[in-house]
Parts: sequence; structure tokens; C-alpha cells
Amino acid sequence: MGLFKMPSLGADMEAGKLVEWMIAPGDEVKKGDTVAVVETQKGAIEIETFEAGTVGKLLVEVGETVPVGTPLAEIGDMSVEAAVPAHEAVPEPEPGPIAPPAPVAAPTLIRAGRHRASPAARKLSAEKGIDLSAIKGTGPGGAVTSRDLEGTHKAAGQKAASASGVDFTEMRKAIGRAMARSKREIPHYYLRHQIDLRAASSWLDEYNGSREPSGRLLMGALLVKAVALSLKQFPDMNGFYENDAFTPSDAIHCGVAVAVRGGGLIAPAVHDTDGLPLGDLMAAMRDLVARVRAGGLKGSELSDPTITITSLGDRGVDEVYGVIHPPQVAIVGFGTVEERPLAADGTLVAAPTVIATLAADHRVGDGRRGALFLREIEKLLQKPEAL
Amino acid sequence: MTKDVTYREAMGRAIRDAMKADDRVFIMGEDVARYGGTYAVTKGLADEFGEDRVRDTPLSESGFTGAGIGAAIGGMRPIVEIMTVNFSLLALDQILNTAATFRHMSGGQVGVPLVIRIATGAGRQLAAQHSHSLENWFAHIPGLRVLAPATVQDAYAMLAPALEDPDPVIIFEHVMLYGRTEPLDVSAPADLHFAAVRRTGTDISLITYGGSLPKTLEAAEALAGEGIDAEVLDLRVLRPLDNVAILETVSKTRRAVVVDEGWLTGSLAAEVSARIMEGAFWELDAPVGRVCSAEIPIPYPKHLEEAALPQVDRIVAAAKAAMGR
Amino acid sequence: MTTKATDDIRPHLTHEHCLHLMKQMIRIRRFEEKCAELYTQEKIRGFLHLYIGEEAVATGVMEALGDEDAVVATYREHGHALVRGVPAQGIMAEMFGKVDGVSRGRGGSMHLFDAERRFYGGNAIVGGGLPLAVGLALADKMQGRDRVTVCFFGEGAVAEGEFHESLNLAALWKLPVLFVCENNGYAMGTALDRSESETDIHAKAASYKLPAEVVDGMNVVDVEAAARRAVHAIRAGEGPYFLECRTYRFRAHSMFDPQLYRTKDEVAAWEEKGPVIRFRDWMMAAGMAHDADLARIEEEVASEIAAAVTFAEASDWESVDTMLEDVGAMA
Repeated sequence: MGLFKMPSLGADMEAGKLVEWMIAPGDEVKKGDTVAVVETQKGAIEIETFEAGTVGKLLVEVGETVPVGTPLAEIGDMSVEAAVPAHEAVPEPEPGPIAPPAPVAAPTLIRAGRHRASPAARKLSAEKGIDLSAIKGTGPGGAVTSRDLEGTHKAAGQKAASASGVDFTEMRKAIGRAMARSKREIPHYYLRHQIDLRAASSWLDEYNGSREPSGRLLMGALLVKAVALSLKQFPDMNGFYENDAFTPSDAIHCGVAVAVRGGGLIAPAVHDTDGLPLGDLMAAMRDLVARVRAGGLKGSELSDPTITITSLGDRGVDEVYGVIHPPQVAIVGFGTVEERPLAADGTLVAAPTVIATLAADHRVGDGRRGALFLREIEKLLQKPEAL
Repeated sequence: MTKDVTYREAMGRAIRDAMKADDRVFIMGEDVARYGGTYAVTKGLADEFGEDRVRDTPLSESGFTGAGIGAAIGGMRPIVEIMTVNFSLLALDQILNTAATFRHMSGGQVGVPLVIRIATGAGRQLAAQHSHSLENWFAHIPGLRVLAPATVQDAYAMLAPALEDPDPVIIFEHVMLYGRTEPLDVSAPADLHFAAVRRTGTDISLITYGGSLPKTLEAAEALAGEGIDAEVLDLRVLRPLDNVAILETVSKTRRAVVVDEGWLTGSLAAEVSARIMEGAFWELDAPVGRVCSAEIPIPYPKHLEEAALPQVDRIVAAAKAAMGR
Repeated sequence: MTTKATDDIRPHLTHEHCLHLMKQMIRIRRFEEKCAELYTQEKIRGFLHLYIGEEAVATGVMEALGDEDAVVATYREHGHALVRGVPAQGIMAEMFGKVDGVSRGRGGSMHLFDAERRFYGGNAIVGGGLPLAVGLALADKMQGRDRVTVCFFGEGAVAEGEFHESLNLAALWKLPVLFVCENNGYAMGTALDRSESETDIHAKAASYKLPAEVVDGMNVVDVEAAARRAVHAIRAGEGPYFLECRTYRFRAHSMFDPQLYRTKDEVAAWEEKGPVIRFRDWMMAAGMAHDADLARIEEEVASEIAAAVTFAEASDWESVDTMLEDVGAMA
């Protein structure tokens, strides 16, 4: 042997503490002689030599703890240590246990043609009005997972602030999918009403006349505020249709449609629109537009609108009929504000007017309600100072 | 040609036919000979075959189960009857550490072609120590084949292939099934691999085994009255489970409830549910439901025992819940 | 190395036979010593229970058996396997866990099986082998075969319910079982008088109405004689037989045992009356053997064991790919 090593005395023994030498250099030992005492978890155990010979150097001191296999002493013929023992040619054991394949490998049963989507994805898609079948899934077996939808949703809405540009192709696609689905599933009815804006217009001029450009209001703010206030009387226009049921929203968050450069459209929410003073509302709308252009909208702004308002702005046409964004149940449209012939007090005048439209979900209500809603908006716009 | 017989008669007949066909087959257990069997399964057999081959044992579950193992290794084809699963725990060491283990541990040399029949289940107001359903403990053990014949036909037909198996087979006979009368065709063979659809349906899969089968079928009828078309799958073989059948039925109906008289936690129903989740996740329209025994020692008074065990109304409720009703 | 079936009720103590007995015991002794060494080198893992000191019991009993008889042993079984005729190389490879081991390496030290030689383990459950032996004997009786099943177990097993169940069944059904209790005084670290109200084990056995004897387990000739008597009676259809062989293990229960439960003096005293020493002294005094015989035996044994180690070292590991084989009821 040559080198006497710390023996393994049990499967869970990793090291031993030498507590006593029973031999000294120069001693003759025979096979089976006790040479030392080792302290282990279980107690002190005498260890023996399996070789006979003369004891050479003691390599470990009393009190030392050494791992199993550590040379403790030289015993007998040291020259054998130079030779490679035959057993070292044996290959090492397999590296660790390898988990066997489950004998009942549970292969999933794939029915041909079935599109896979996780329960979480289905729930999210119903909430956001996203068409699952058009989304490429990254889950097992190509299944659509909720993560795949988050990507889509961001594209349909807006990217997070850190991104430098919106992928309009993706956004257009997502919008397209959502719009297609909306048209497929929501029975829209449409109403149109021309609103006299003389009072609103002259009030605006007066208001703006005394203010810096940055503090001025645009007609758009008045229109949005009027819609928001009207919704307080018409909660059936303000909420979500999901799982065959309409749930009105306690809060009023108007989604204001903003055009994105490059051809996209997005309608982030102005939270609690009904409670905002006009100045604040205007500021919020300006801020949204800026952030839409820069790509810095928050998730809640995209997911929270309880109704959408779309305006054509200055260079549009008379009327715009929107497509409802599910799970919302209505979208109000405002055409371009311009002078139009108006019959008033028995005469024809040229007056600033706007044509308001309503597209609403017929499952939730009917034209009668819609009409009253638009009438209310008109009424509110006749008293701009109260907005 | 079929004839209406009881479950116990069918099992008794199966044992008899096996003993007639093969001299190596013998049965031993407590009171199988002179008493005629606790559940009257072996009535008359001792008179026909003698007390060497129909052998009464002392109350030594570990001893006589181990002896059955040794006799099987020694070339016989023993049937060991352990009176009920409640007493089987005394023999569990021999069943696990010897019967189930020897073949693999000996490198394939020593197989144990032993059949152990065990009565199981509750429903007779026999109180906690006599009311266990521990099939899943045995179904947990590699090396064992575990059967749960739930019909009279299976009670008869599963014994012969079980005796031919070169490895140990445990047959669980639910005590509430012994008195059931159903048609039996002794010429129809049975396999020891596949689950059986006992009722086809399209809305939900009710998966069960053993003594819970009649209740589950009854629940399916009740559900039909409410416009829910339930498919009933009888597992028949608890180890190895027929994975394909389980996944197929759930893929078809997209909903499942597993009915299992064991206690809920760590039940065989949990194993089935896990397999459905692994293999049919994408097909599901609802979480897999389980109807199991309440987590208490089964009580003695009738109303409490009934409340503790799976019953038709709970199965119906679980199915409706899965349907969103 | 298998013995021939012989009806002789008494051992024939010829020169040849005596040397054979000595060689069997030396084979066991040196094999066990080599296992201890290999264990300290981590070639053998898990648990290792050595039979050193008890060699006379396995050796003597095995002389009374024929090839057709069956052997059930415990986790302290290497000696029993060796004298039964299980090849040393197969045993050593099994200890190493290699695929050429008698159990394909899957069992290790405690689970040696050799179906061809009717060696049925190897059991890590104390008392677990007794019902098994009863069953093997039951099969023989039911099939009208003239075979004996010998069941080795330690005195610790006497406390287990299975001991009582098995003796009762064997006696009740008059089964051809030879129960050999190797009473070495300690069930791991618990001395017999600390665990049994009645320490006379053969008296306990006798209460089941089967013949029961005490034998000096350190005297290989006494053991062989008792075993022949017992087997003769069993083969004559008289039912089971019980031998309490009083012996002593010189080593710890297993390798990782500091032996806090007994004194070194006690061990030393027993070593002086050890089976190998006693038999050698007797043979020498009787002129049955000379130093040259013993030297030759040692040389042959050393060579057999060295070959076994080489075989074990060179043997392969079972592939993980076949690990799932040999289990019933795989899906």
C-alpha cells in the first residue's frame, strides 16, 4: 500500500478527526493492527491497517480533521505509490443520477386543428378584445400564453417609455384584429346629431383672450368634458361588456383617440375625466398627445378607458363613425368644427357647429338611450361656463 | 351466454375455475375454508378442493402473505386473501419490500407470481378501523399491478390473467359491490391494461373506480336530467393507469371530475388530476374536480358515514360546478 | 463448491472434509476482510455487515444441504452466499454495484440473489426472510418435492412478529424449514438481555412445538452435526426444526459503528475461542492438518479473492437506459 489513508467508514462519512495515533515511526505493523483512533459523528472508531510493514512518517497530526482518502501515514513500501494501481483504469461511475423518462410519458393529446391558448391568455384576450387565433404563441407546442398577449397589447396600444419607436406594422395589425373582432361581435347602432357651438365658441374666445397660448383651451377639451359629464346620467354608455354581461364603471375615464405619426391610432385614458376642471383636462390631453408621440404611456392609460372619444380635428370631414373598442360599449365621434348653415329662430345663420356621432353596443341599450345621451352632450355644450 | 350473478358469486366462481384449471393455484387466508370466507366468496371451495388448497391461516397477515410470496417463488400460483385492506397494513412490509421489490433488486432473477385479493371500502357503519380505502397506497408502489374490478364481469374475468402475471397483482374488491347482481359471461376474456367507458357522453368526464362506479353512473343519469351529458370512465386498473383513456375522454369533453373513495389529500384522484393537467391542459375548459372522502376517520353513525363518503349529490354538484352552473 | 446431497446424519471427519471445512471458513474470513478494506477505500458503499467470527455457522449448516435445497439469509450474508457456491467474483462485483454482480449490481451487499443456486437473499428487513422461507417450504410440500429450506436470521429477529407468525405457520403446517438463529448476542447495539424477557431463544421456539436445539456456533463440527440431524428429520417429514447457534461477531455491526455497547475485553475473549482458531488447533492436535495444508489454503483463498476483486474492478456499470427493466406492471 504505502500510503495509509483516512478510511471511509460509512456512506455519510466525509471526513474524520484524528484523535490518537497508536503507532509511531519505525513500528512494525501487521495486517489488522489498529493504527489510530478517529472521531466521527457516531463516536470514536479504531482504524486498522490492511497492509503489513514499517511505519514511516506520520502525515497528519492529532486533532486534525481531514477528508476521507487523505494520506495519514506512510506504512510499508513507499515505492508502490509510484505505480498506477490497476483499478484506476476502471471508468468513473455515471455522473450523478439521471432522471429516467417517465414510463407513462404523458404525451398531450393533440386534436388536429385546435388552436392552443392557456387559460390566462384566454382571459386576457377576452378583456382586451384581442383575437387569439391571429397571435403567434411562444408556449409549449406553440400555445398562446398571456405573455404573448402582453406583447400584442403593447403594440396595439403603445410601447413602454423606454422604447424608442413604435412598431407600427404590429400596431396596425393589432388594431386591425381588434377592429375586426369588434365588428364581428358587437352589434353597433349609429346616431348622428348636429350641435350648435355658438355659445361654446364665444365663451372660448373670451376665455382664451386673456391667456397665454400655453393656458388656452381648445374646443376639443370642451367636447370631452361634455361627454364625461353626460356619462354621469348615462352609465349604460360607460362600462364593459364581458361574459355576456354589462358592468358599468364607477369611474369615468375617457379614452381620447390620438393619431400617431406614421398612421397609428391610440386612445389612452384621461382618468376621472368628469372631475377635471377644463384647464386640467386640457393639460392632460396635451400631455397625452406628447407622450403618445414620444412613446411614453403607462399601461393603465391604455387599459382603463371606459369609453372612447374620437375627433377628426381641424382638417377632417363632417362626421366620423367609430368602431367600438371592446370591452367598451360606446364610442363618441366628433367631426370637424366649422361654420355650417343653422336654422335658428326662424332664420338661417352661419354658425360654428359640430356633428356628434354615437356608435353604441345594441346589446346594452337602444337608440332611444343613445339619442338622449347625445342630447345631453348638446345641452351641456350650451353652457360652457359650467363645464 | 350471460347469466345474472352477484359479484361475490362471480369472484368465487373465478377462483374455482382457476383452481380446476391449474393444480398450482391455491387460496389461503383467514376463514377462507371452513367459514366459507368472510364475504362468502370461497363458500364451498374447501369441500371441493380440500383444505390443503383452500387453506385457513392463523391471524398472521405478514406471515401468510410472506408465505404466499415464498410459495409463488417456489412454483405455486397462490391467491392470498387478506380479509380487508384495514388489516393489510400488517402485511405491507412483505408486499412492498419482498413482493414488489424482489424482481428488480435481484437483477431480474426472482419474480413473484402472486395474487393478493383484498376487500376494501366503507358503507356498512363499521367505523374508522374497518372503513379504509387505501388502494392508492398500493398503486404508488412500482412492481405491483393493482386492479379494481367494479363490475361483476370484471370480478370474474380479471382473475385468470392476474394469475398468469409473472409479477404480483393486487385485486381490490369493494365491500359494497359484493351483493350487486349483473350479467356475467364466463367466456368473455378481460384485459389488465385498459380503462373502460361505461357510459359515453360529451359534456364532462366522470372518472372513477371500484365501489364508486355505481354512484357515478347514478350521478350521470341525474345529470342527464339536467341536460348535462356525462361520460363515465371506469379505471379498472389502478396501476399502471390507462393514461391514454384518461386523456382521450377529457380531450373529448374538456371537463373532468374524479370520484375516489380515498381521502382527498394524496388521493389516487390527485394522481389522475395531475396526469390530466400534464397531458390535456390545453383541452380543458374547467379545472379538474375531485369528489373524495372527507378528511376524517370514517364515523359509525349512518348519516355521518354518508356525509363523509362520496355520494351522488356531491358528484352531481361537482360536475355542475365544472360546467359553470 | 456446492455440497452433495447426503443423507448422512453424522459428519464424516475425514482429512479431506476437515480441510474443506477449514477452507470454507477461511474463504469467508478473508473475503470479509477484503471487503472491509475495500469499503474504507470507498469501492464498496452503503452498508457493510461482516460475518467475521460467525463463519462456523454458515459453513456447518451448508454441509447438510443439497443443491436442490433453498437458502434464505439476511444482510450479513456474504459468507452464506460463498459457501452456498455463489461465485466470489459475482458477489464482489455485486458489492461494487457493477452489472456483472449477482443481482446486476442493483442490490449491493445486503441483497445477493442466485436463483440457480436457490439463494434467495439477502434482506434488509430484520425478520423479513422468515415468511419467505415458510412459503418456499410450503410450495415444496404442496408439490410433493423433497426439499429443505434453511432460513438464517439473527437473534434480533426473534423480537419481530414475523418470527412468531412464521414458526407457528411452519409448525402448524409441518413445513420443511430449518430455522437457524445465529445468536451473536447483539441486535446492532442492543444486547439480548436488554430486549428479550426470555433469552433462551430455542426455548421460545420450542413453545411452537418444533424440535429446538442449542448449538455451539463457534464449533463448526457441532454445527454440521446439528444441521445434519435437523435436515434428516425434516426430510423424514417430521416438520420444521430450530437450531439456536450461539456465536459472536468480532467486528462491529457494520462499518460505521464505534461499538460503544460492548467492551474490547469481551471481544478479545471471544476471539480467543473463535471458530477458525479452535478448529485449526483441534485439527493440528488431531494430526488432521499441517502448516503446509493451511498455507496452501491461504494461498488458494488469496488467489480466489484477488481474482474476484479484479473481476469486480473490470466489470461495467449497468446503463441507466436499462434501469427501468425487470419491474412488473410498467405502463
